[in-house]
Amino acid sequence: MSDEFEATIEAKSLLKQQNPAVEALRRLLRHRSAQLGLFIIFVLVVLAIFAEQIAPYDPIKPIKTAKRRDVPCIHLLGCPADQEEHIMGVDGNSRDLFSRIIYGSRLSLQIGLTTITFAILVGGLLGAVAGFVGGWLDDVIMRSLDVLMAFPSLLLAIAIVSIFGPGLRNALLAIAIVQIPVYARVVRAGVLSVRELDYVTASRSMGASELRVLFTRVLPNALTPLIVQGTLGIATAILSAAALSFLGLGAEFPTPEWGLMLGEERNSVFNAPHLVFFPGFAIMLTVLSFNLLGDGLRDTLDPRLRGL
Amino acid sequence: MLQYIARRLLMLLPVMIGILLVTFIIVRLIPGDPCYTMLGEKATPEKCNLFKERYGLNDSIPVQFLRYVQNLAQGDLGESIRDRRPIADVVAERLPMTIELTIMAMIFASVVGVLMGVMAALKRNSFADLFTMLVANVGVSMPVFWLGLLLAYVFALVLKGTPFYLPPSSRLSAGLSIVPLADYWGIQNATGMGKFLLDLISNSAILNGLLRGDMQLVLDALRHLILPSFAVGTISLAVIARMTRSSLLEVLGQDYVRTARAKGLTQRVVITKHALRNALIPIVTIIGIQTGQLLSGAVLTETIFSLPGVGSRMVEAILSRDYPVVQGFAVVVALIFVFTNLIVDISYAYLDPRIRLD
Repeated sequence: MSDEFEATIEAKSLLKQQNPAVEALRRLLRHRSAQLGLFIIFVLVVLAIFAEQIAPYDPIKPIKTAKRRDVPCIHLLGCPADQEEHIMGVDGNSRDLFSRIIYGSRLSLQIGLTTITFAILVGGLLGAVAGFVGGWLDDVIMRSLDVLMAFPSLLLAIAIVSIFGPGLRNALLAIAIVQIPVYARVVRAGVLSVRELDYVTASRSMGASELRVLFTRVLPNALTPLIVQGTLGIATAILSAAALSFLGLGAEFPTPEWGLMLGEERNSVFNAPHLVFFPGFAIMLTVLSFNLLGDGLRDTLDPRLRGL
Repeated sequence: MLQYIARRLLMLLPVMIGILLVTFIIVRLIPGDPCYTMLGEKATPEKCNLFKERYGLNDSIPVQFLRYVQNLAQGDLGESIRDRRPIADVVAERLPMTIELTIMAMIFASVVGVLMGVMAALKRNSFADLFTMLVANVGVSMPVFWLGLLLAYVFALVLKGTPFYLPPSSRLSAGLSIVPLADYWGIQNATGMGKFLLDLISNSAILNGLLRGDMQLVLDALRHLILPSFAVGTISLAVIARMTRSSLLEVLGQDYVRTARAKGLTQRVVITKHALRNALIPIVTIIGIQTGQLLSGAVLTETIFSLPGVGSRMVEAILSRDYPVVQGFAVVVALIFVFTNLIVDISYAYLDPRIRLD
């Protein structure tokens, strides 16, 4: 075997090693469900950023000229031109439903991102400490989190809201707290899997401080499952927030929150079904997109996690 | 096997203590003086003293916790502030509805979910497979309450007047009601746990009807549960179908399945005796994990179908700041959840003898 040949192989593997992130992204973009998920998320983000420009009406102020709970009127589909256009109809407080749905995307994305960031920071820290320090601290932290997991998640969130009182901010806090154990477990598992490996010991023997070892050598191993779990967690968080708002424990009137919109109009499902259909459909599409992206990430980043 | 069950029961102990602590702390964490929070505008210093005396709030926290545990052990969950009823009675009245709904939803989700998963795995990439994966993806993303409302719209309004009509609300049709078993059997003087259990059974419309031989009541109760359990079960159905598919696909690629085929066994025997039995462990696990999901779903769905269950009462209690009721339900639901997980653990130790030895 010639030296030249070996050198090419080395160069090629070096090239590959240089950008594993780019490689992963390339695989992700080829993944069917990830494509669909990313597309929906992209549309949602555009809607959320340009809500002011896209929404034809104010999401909160009632329209004086509109009929309450009016059916959708789309000019292209044969609605008389002398009537105001309301693509998704008018809600029980004479507000344009389409505009409210658009503004709702802003809120939903914020809800998903903030709760999961909070849960990852707190849960990740707890999991890292538990896994890295070990001993009685590990037992105390993990057993306490087991207790949190002994409650069905939505019911625990409801109970926590009952302590803080209803309201969107408290509902988000409750949802974040409920999700903490998930991330603590993910990070702890990642930490445990490498804690005793040679390269960690090597780093330590070269004089790296415990914190440095933790952050630069150990924690990066927990990153992949954390990204996957976090994406799926956004879906769960959006769904739970909508549920709490639906029950009247989350967002309050007149916030354009999809779950609240559904809750406000649930009694008019028989005479104005469109007021129930559209907000629910928006929730479903958003949750679906994050689920699809999460599945795609799991398949491309770490095939071992499949079926979890 | 017995040893395994005993060990699992022991491991439950710390979790149970934790549950008691959490539910105890929940009520202590409420900001402000509990007396003012609970009595509201009626609170005066004298009334507050009486109130604290009555609920033992002047004692130290550990003493209060011990008393709480002691009372719980005797089946005393405290008293609702709003209507002064013992919480055990409220639980006995509301819990059966939620359990009926959860069980119905679980049966629906596991039977249909496993069937769909098996079909998808056997006919990979066929239309059935595509349909199952579509249901699996959309199903987990659907808000339970939305699906419930849509089902009510379709089956109670669009299909009105056809044989497919299904009632969209309440537990029983007008004119039907539950006869308390205590009256029926003439046992009015039961107390404590006995009374609680009797009420629990009596308030389950299905059990009540079965025990009294009133089939009309049973059928009517079941009919009212179809739409809610469809709504509650869909998420779990999606998860179970997906798990069954991937688990069965994995098993079908194993050598012993090929051996079974090579021996000339029929497809049916290969699937049911060899493949499915081994694929069942993750499926059973996932069904167990779904119990919490189903309970949560039941809570959300009750408000839509105006069913008198735990969920609707718990939300009422939160909005009216009736904390002991929230506390009571939290304890009961967490205990149910923990024990379901125990049963799941035991059932897969039964399915897979290797697990018992760990």
